[in-house]
Amino acid sequence: MRTLGVISAIFVKDLRVEWRHRETLASMCIFGLLVVFLFNFAFEPAGEERLRLLPGLLWIAFAFAGVLGFNRSFAAERENAGLEGMRLAPVDPGAIYLGKMLANLFFMGIAEVVVVFATSLWYNFSFIPALGWFALTTFFCTLGYVAVGTTFGAVAANTRMREVMLPVLQFPVAVPIFIAGVEGTTGALKGDPVSDYAGWIKLAAGYSAIFVVLSYLLFEYVLEE
Amino acid sequence: MLSDTPRAKPALELRDVSKQFGDFQALSGVCLRVEPGDSILLYGPNGAGKTTLLRVLSTLARPSDGKVLYDGADVHANPTVAKAAIGFVSHATFLYGELTARENLEFAGKLFGLTKSPERVAGVLDIFHLQERAETPVRELSRGYQQRVSLARAFLHAPQFLLLDEPFTGLDAASTESLQDLMRSLQGQGKGLILSTHDFEQGRAIAQRLVALEGGKVRYDGPIHAAPLAALRKGARSQESEASSTALPEGGGISLAVGETYGRND
Repeated sequence: MRTLGVISAIFVKDLRVEWRHRETLASMCIFGLLVVFLFNFAFEPAGEERLRLLPGLLWIAFAFAGVLGFNRSFAAERENAGLEGMRLAPVDPGAIYLGKMLANLFFMGIAEVVVVFATSLWYNFSFIPALGWFALTTFFCTLGYVAVGTTFGAVAANTRMREVMLPVLQFPVAVPIFIAGVEGTTGALKGDPVSDYAGWIKLAAGYSAIFVVLSYLLFEYVLEE
Repeated sequence: MLSDTPRAKPALELRDVSKQFGDFQALSGVCLRVEPGDSILLYGPNGAGKTTLLRVLSTLARPSDGKVLYDGADVHANPTVAKAAIGFVSHATFLYGELTARENLEFAGKLFGLTKSPERVAGVLDIFHLQERAETPVRELSRGYQQRVSLARAFLHAPQFLLLDEPFTGLDAASTESLQDLMRSLQGQGKGLILSTHDFEQGRAIAQRLVALEGGKVRYDGPIHAAPLAALRKGARSQESEASSTALPEGGGISLAVGETYGRND
């Protein structure tokens, strides 16, 4: 119960801090929109071409928005050694991880909704027919991405070139999630039978479970000086 | 026959603690025992190891060698018990600038598992004279008030030991005196207090015991009134002037890196 209380306190604290300065979410959304906007000029896809390009485009936007978000999330902690303040308390380091991860997941979710909405307008594409399976695919892939991003965000926060280190550390590990995301999104948006792309959703779900548990168990060593 | 020997108060202890950062030896074979009610001035020049010692005591840093004990048990084997007994005020405030003083304290209360957190927060806001600033975002507070909030945060969970790393830095005379009064009051409540400073006079106003550090080693540990002050100050000045002479650039001029030849504050 106490662990849940700590997780919830950290989650609420991150939301409150973000509500007051709105830097993280704004930059994530703007960056994601910029990617979608520029691709619209570069490719101008129509018809079947959209189904070929949109999944990759979406996951490029999500990936880079995520990097911005994870860096900003720990920049706020670095300002006055907030993470050290949490470490001084008798709390499970894994609870600190889960609180930060849930906040990052929340912010990623909002940024993704904004990007998807903008994509549907700019590319004149409706996500409604495939919304259920598309949302499920995106959820599990985002969960896995945020699980990894939160851990590597904490690792990179203590390095000198943190803005560069985070994607360098994180992207190789996140490749399976990106592949699952693109393939699962393609299958959902095309309206393929679920059995054709269910394997990708299961991969994303399994990846997420593994990395959430691993990160929870190992976060103590990530935080250690 | 049952013994009626009272249980010894839980002490915080460093046993032969060394701490290394790469090639730099920040602490070397430090032995220190602190009991509730002790008030210790941790004195030394820049680079002596004061901050490192406090960080090791607070559990933020692990020693490279030796042990940190609380009530006889290794703090890293069971950090929960030790952390509940320690409050730490550092160079960093551990506060979130966008949150108000009250919100920061309530957040800390939840981390420390305080069941009556709102009441406790109201209490420390009162003790540290922060009621009028309670709803102000921390980034809008002056340095002196931020330091009070930081101290309130360290005190919130009623720790047995308070570790204070140069708490007077950046404060004016009035704020310094006010903070000293607060510390005397905490000491009067039986808290173990370790205060680090390179300003001896500020610390002497509060502490009864002096631990002098130089080059990561304890040079003196005893009553402050019996301390060989002249020798300690001379040692501190020569270490600082040695550091400043090595830090001068070839073209002359004044280096800001006094006492920081290894690139660390302490």
